Amino acid sequence: MFLPKTDSVPGVFGAIAVLLSALSLAACSRPEPRFSLHDITGLMPRLEFTLTDGDDKAVSAQNFRGKVVLLYFGYTECPDACPTTLATLQHAVRLLGSQAANIRVLFVTVDPQRDTAAVLRRYVSYFGPQFVGLRGDDTALNALTRRYRVAYHREVADANGYYSVDHSNAVFVFDPSGRPRLLADSTAGAKTIASDLSRLLASG
Amino acid sequence: MPSPIQYLLPWDFSPTVLLICSLFAITYARGAHLLKRQGIAQAAWRSPAFFAGLGLDYAALQTYFDYLSQHMFWVHRLQHLVLHHVAPVLLVAAAPLEVLRHGSPRWLRDRVLDPVARQVAASGIVRFVQSPFVALLLFVGLIYYWLIPSVHFAAMLDAHRYVLMNWSMAADGILFWWLMLATRRRQGGLAVGYGSRILVLCLAALLQIVLGAYITLHRTVLFDVYGICGRAWQLSPLVDQQLGGLTTWIPAAMMSGVGVIVVLHHLMHDAKPASRGGGAIPAAGESRSAA
Repeated sequence: MFLPKTDSVPGVFGAIAVLLSALSLAACSRPEPRFSLHDITGLMPRLEFTLTDGDDKAVSAQNFRGKVVLLYFGYTECPDACPTTLATLQHAVRLLGSQAANIRVLFVTVDPQRDTAAVLRRYVSYFGPQFVGLRGDDTALNALTRRYRVAYHREVADANGYYSVDHSNAVFVFDPSGRPRLLADSTAGAKTIASDLSRLLASG
Repeated sequence: MPSPIQYLLPWDFSPTVLLICSLFAITYARGAHLLKRQGIAQAAWRSPAFFAGLGLDYAALQTYFDYLSQHMFWVHRLQHLVLHHVAPVLLVAAAPLEVLRHGSPRWLRDRVLDPVARQVAASGIVRFVQSPFVALLLFVGLIYYWLIPSVHFAAMLDAHRYVLMNWSMAADGILFWWLMLATRRRQGGLAVGYGSRILVLCLAALLQIVLGAYITLHRTVLFDVYGICGRAWQLSPLVDQQLGGLTTWIPAAMMSGVGVIVVLHHLMHDAKPASRGGGAIPAAGESRSAA
């Protein structure tokens, strides 16, 4: 018997069609794409963390409720990716004009050993008042990277003690209630980011 | 960075996986012990095959391997090769149902397992899902579905979708390979002809080769989520994609070859009924009347 009974064939394909359309519906049930960045609404958990800022004060996600929050992981000795991304975000924030007051950019260091509170504070101050440097021990850091499925990897130190840290280039964008909404990768330009942030601020 | 113990500890601890794997392991060990005491022998390789299959499933879901699978496309493809092909083939080869049945508590066996087994055998839905060409569509369809770039992107970001993806692969792998590899005697009312099986296995290989080759030979990055969230170690995105494509292409398709060899083996044994009787454990249907 090489084929199922002929009378069952239409039923078979009908049921598969239903199954496949149900699967594809499940995949696209999110609203129309209104944003240019990746829309991650509903895909990730609400922003939660407990870290310390550039003044060594404990801060949690609650401190940023009411603002649109951009979350980015990096380290101050990062030669290329971090300064580039932060400069793009700085440009995007400037494009927002008066709306920029409702934006916070959280720069979480994946290298808390070298990035002390003072180093971190000085570094983020180059980019503007909306930028906040955050650090924590590996447990607190890993809780956050695991939550947002972000990988980082510290390389072995060279003879001078210098080491680089591979890390994600994702910028996660949260709405004022702390829900994850957008994801920007390194290809996103300042104008695209600014217009999506503006739209997000208007919708909230 | 991780210490040796961290390689073995779960990345995303799942009580469900731990509970299910331990329940199956304990029940199987108990069943094998009880059967041995009753003097009922089974081939010596069946227990190791069962524990290897179960152990591989557990390792793929609950060790550092899972972290690597979330952050490297080709490791993710390897994870699915384990969940959807290698582990289920080992589990099915072990033919563990009768041992698991013996290892279950008597009340569970009498009140739940046997009635459920009877209903499953008679169920139209099971008959439909476990008809050879629907099983083929499900088996290959799931591989294709989770590799649709937008679906894959969401599955790698959303922990719930990720769990659903891996469970769907593990469960469908067992259904498919049971239908392809179990002897007709063990399949009872759901038995599939050996000719149909060889055809289905060849089609499964062909469709996986097409997909694997497409991914391997594609010149742009199809799955950008790994670049965005960061790879586990430095590797060019296209090399990662090519390795992942090759994993989907060659070893996955080779499993069909393994399947065909097993089916041919069954075919030759069934042709010589006189040589049968080596397996002392009766199939589920036969033992129920004896019990």
